[in-house]
Amino acid sequence: MASNRSANGSKLRQSGPSDERGSGRRNVLDLDDFSLQEIEEVLRNTEGMKEVLHRDIKKVPTLRGKTIVTMFYEASTRTRVSFEQAGKILSADVINVSGSGSSVDKGESLYNTALTLQAMNADIIVVRHGHSGAPHFLARHLDACVINAGDGAHAHPTQALLDLHTIWSHKGRVDGLKVVIVGDILYSRVARSNLWGLTKMGAEVVLCAPPTLIPADFVNGYRTMAGHPFASVRIEMDVEKALEGADVVMTLRLQLERQQAGHLPTLREYSRLWGITPRRLDLAKPDVMVMHPGPMNEGIEIDPEVAHGASSVIEEQVTNGVAVRMALLYGLSTPVRESRQERQAVAEAPVLAARR
Amino acid sequence: MPKSRQQGRAQVPPTDDVDSSVVLDTEAIRRALTRIAHEILEHTGGGEGVVLIGLHTRGVPLARRLSSFIQEFEGEETKVGAVDIGLYRDDVSGGARPLMRRTDIPMNIEGQRVVLVDDVLYTGRSIRAAMDALTDFGRPREIQLAALVDRGHRELPIRPDYVGKNIPTSIYEEVVVRMTEIDGKDEVVIVRKGVA
Repeated sequence: MASNRSANGSKLRQSGPSDERGSGRRNVLDLDDFSLQEIEEVLRNTEGMKEVLHRDIKKVPTLRGKTIVTMFYEASTRTRVSFEQAGKILSADVINVSGSGSSVDKGESLYNTALTLQAMNADIIVVRHGHSGAPHFLARHLDACVINAGDGAHAHPTQALLDLHTIWSHKGRVDGLKVVIVGDILYSRVARSNLWGLTKMGAEVVLCAPPTLIPADFVNGYRTMAGHPFASVRIEMDVEKALEGADVVMTLRLQLERQQAGHLPTLREYSRLWGITPRRLDLAKPDVMVMHPGPMNEGIEIDPEVAHGASSVIEEQVTNGVAVRMALLYGLSTPVRESRQERQAVAEAPVLAARR
Repeated sequence: MPKSRQQGRAQVPPTDDVDSSVVLDTEAIRRALTRIAHEILEHTGGGEGVVLIGLHTRGVPLARRLSSFIQEFEGEETKVGAVDIGLYRDDVSGGARPLMRRTDIPMNIEGQRVVLVDDVLYTGRSIRAAMDALTDFGRPREIQLAALVDRGHRELPIRPDYVGKNIPTSIYEEVVVRMTEIDGKDEVVIVRKGVA
């Protein structure tokens, strides 16, 4: 069955044999370990979830009895709320833990907090952390499923999947599209996860930023080696050249909280040279889509007229975010309970044998 | 081995049935659907307020065909919908869940006579799931069930109102329904497992 599907390349099929199954993965840490086929599965399931979001009664019993714990050690509105909403629509119990106001304030380690939550039967743990790799660390040590909701400047796979879905649902495809990612790439986990997803789906990716905001290894590191998935990614400092003929413009938030390092002379200069204005957008294709992962600094990386203009799909990204997270939760849920039961059976077996 | 929807469904690639027998061919399927269409009209007094809703995947083309037969006989168009039961199933095992297909209920089913259409009726669990899904969309006047094949082995108190063919089977057999719209040809085949 798997070989059938990969033969279809990147074309998404709306229907197929009735027994096509998802891959049933346990963790969502980044898109680097997603196959093209698996990304397409998520995008297809997202379509099904969007239908649920359009119903009068937005509630289905799929994850009844499952517990989702969201652990957010960094500020977030849309990601946390959309995970919570996604879980609740699927009838899971969702518990939110934030970095402040919990035992984290008393100095408890990430590992111990997670173990505590797992002991309370959390089936799925959604974690956002300031340190890259924190979700990977948890995934190695916990039975529960782990979903990365953003770790440091490393990865934000659910955002990338919702971006891919938004592009695909507008353009009907991703391969062959010119996607320009403009802005603070150095600190952007959104850009990194999107790079994996976009290159796997065959988009032509152009990164555009001031030289100080492009990671050094992108300019002349492993990326330039032949055969690397990112080898085809172009870097363009001039925003106007980058925007020429673009199908999609992804603007990134200038991470003001991380701008103390002197990467930019002034915000005004950044905005004048790299901000997306209506005039600059005219250089792109007429049906260009403008995206932003939010929250926006309007007037810095994106002009308000563009952010709220006809080409903007920024609000739709938020709506799709709920459906994408529902699709991911749907694909994850089952293995947890079963693997735990099996583990328990294995753990109890020798004890019973000894008693006899 | 626990029974599941899986066993009632096409799992075998279309060409290498080692030990299989065709129980319904194109003509037999057409005749069965014609009869079901007549029975639906008879029961509903002309198809007034009838909505045919197919279960993904092969229930959907079956529902479309029934609708076109009904139109042929009465001249009235019958509405057709599709329902994906993935979100309502209780028999998902082994981790990976089936890929979702779009549920499409194009009309208000409140007060309508809904006929669920599926290819193989087996444990009844998919029908239970489909009824749960339907009630999320409204309160139909009645829900009926049409199945091309009833293979027995029910695990829930569910019975079909319209059946193409009753085929008594063992649980070691699979009933494979193929439809031109999806599989390139029309036939119903019984495959004995563990032979290939």
